[in-house]
Amino acid sequence: MSTALRRGVGWRPSPLARSLVVTGAVLVGVVAVALSVGAAATLGPADVSLVNVRDVLLNHLGSAQIPVTVTDDAIVWQERLPRALVAAASGAGLGLCGVVLQALLRNPLADPFVLGVSSGASTGAVLIGVLGVGGGALGLSSGAFVGALLAFGLVLLLARYTSNGSQGIVLAGVAGTHLFSAVTSFVVFAFADADATRGVMFWLLGSLEGMRWPQVWLAVGTVTVGAVVTLVAARSLDAFAFGDDVAASLGVHVQRTRVLLLVATALLTAVLVSIAGAIGFVGLVLPHAARLLVGERHRRVVPVTILLGALFMTWVDTVSRVAFQPTALPVGVGTALVGVPAFVALLVHRRSRS
Amino acid sequence: MTVTAREVVWSRGGRIVVDGVSLHPEPGTTVGLLGPNGSGKSSLIRLLQGAARPDAGQVELDGAPVTGRSRRDVARRIATVTQHAETDAALTVRDVVELGRIPHRTVLGGDRARDATAVDAALRQVGLADRADASWHRLSGGERQRAQIARALAQEPTELLMDEPTNHLDVRHQLDLLRLVADLPVTTVVALHDLNLAAAHCDAVVVLAAGRAVAAGTPEDVLTEELVAEVYGVRAIRVRRPDTGRLALLFDTL
Repeated sequence: MSTALRRGVGWRPSPLARSLVVTGAVLVGVVAVALSVGAAATLGPADVSLVNVRDVLLNHLGSAQIPVTVTDDAIVWQERLPRALVAAASGAGLGLCGVVLQALLRNPLADPFVLGVSSGASTGAVLIGVLGVGGGALGLSSGAFVGALLAFGLVLLLARYTSNGSQGIVLAGVAGTHLFSAVTSFVVFAFADADATRGVMFWLLGSLEGMRWPQVWLAVGTVTVGAVVTLVAARSLDAFAFGDDVAASLGVHVQRTRVLLLVATALLTAVLVSIAGAIGFVGLVLPHAARLLVGERHRRVVPVTILLGALFMTWVDTVSRVAFQPTALPVGVGTALVGVPAFVALLVHRRSRS
Repeated sequence: MTVTAREVVWSRGGRIVVDGVSLHPEPGTTVGLLGPNGSGKSSLIRLLQGAARPDAGQVELDGAPVTGRSRRDVARRIATVTQHAETDAALTVRDVVELGRIPHRTVLGGDRARDATAVDAALRQVGLADRADASWHRLSGGERQRAQIARALAQEPTELLMDEPTNHLDVRHQLDLLRLVADLPVTTVVALHDLNLAAAHCDAVVVLAAGRAVAAGTPEDVLTEELVAEVYGVRAIRVRRPDTGRLALLFDTL
């Protein structure tokens, strides 16, 4: 879609008409996500019809008394639904982090992992899973969360002592990412047996196995908070288009906004990574796709990215789960397999447009 | 109703970059900020903008310290155009100009009709109304600078600060831009390298050297051969243009 087409040359919708269109599109997106999550719950080794899924939902949410088999109820309510919801939340959250970081760091290649959060998380997970740090008091997830925050802290510290501005943060993030990846590999190489390696590898690739309701609440809650913060800051994100100086001259507290949003994205990424591992490419690609659809305004890009991310992850995870029955492909492998060609196509399109 | 500087001092990285400069622009006039590279022009503009706090002295807006106001409040009064603004984002000219409405927006939105009016007016003022839907990346250097000025005007400022806005422009666009700036009804402080541009378009000039203001007044009074030799280290000859009779300077090495 070219800029001219998107804008409709010579035709300017009134602001009211435009915001109605955007609101409508967002509503359609929300319905599509809900339907996708429902559809995902019907797919899998055991067939459950969409009607049964609806009945299970009505029983649990509306305290209806529709008879469904215990197996159906367990499969839908305990397995597939939580998994699909965590998938949707992860996709939404990672996309959200990507939008914020690409705008804030003025770097189209920024993704949620540019701050070193994911490799810190894997180091934390490996230290727990392989070396048994914490003596079993900490799970893989909490280890990952702590690792992610420590890595982010180190990256901020590095950025502070090396150079100013967004460039410094990207450089420090790259340094941190490589350092923690090396530590992870070292621990696996030196100490892990085959079983531990397998367990950790699965997690490193990103996996939504064994998601239950507690993870759903954590993921959905964190993503919601992140979305609200980002929508409030949407105008400030627009102001960063021409760099820090212009943003400052437009009345944005550059330093304060940057720190607030960096911390928010780091926390959100840390939560998601500790739940589902490092799921790559969603955060990098989806913001670009959203911008192609609705332009550069963050008031529009943010909600559209959230919805695209939720849709994308729900379906990639469902396909990864169903296509390789009885085992599931780690969802991170699926997102990269779909994401890389999509990214290349976006880059080609972008070039042909300019 | 203007931004003024009183004896401002600012040091960065242990070096004093602005050393006791005062500036009192007449409302509605264009003031040229002159001086060689590193003389403190950009730093003074950052101070006037309220983006940095002086170590001593004060920048005031309507007689009250600018650092006491909220950033958004200041941005509704003082707009800044830098020498070279670039972006990767796929923005149209109108998108860029609409950025100027950010300080007028609230969390809930703001007055959309007034935003649209201000943006249209700004586009017309800089002569880009017919290019509003063009992609920023297809604009020439001169058009980009005019789009940035329109963005600044959309802020509806009373003061406009410009840091070497003609730097990347060819001679015709330099002249066009300065003509545009001089005709704007706002108080403008513009850092310039080209002394002839300053002589032709500024109501007053302030000459900085090593962070200090060494001369101030009308271009006619200030831009003497002695001052140019002392501050820039070049030999200047003052001449009159045969057609307009205006001051022009010819340069040679000392």
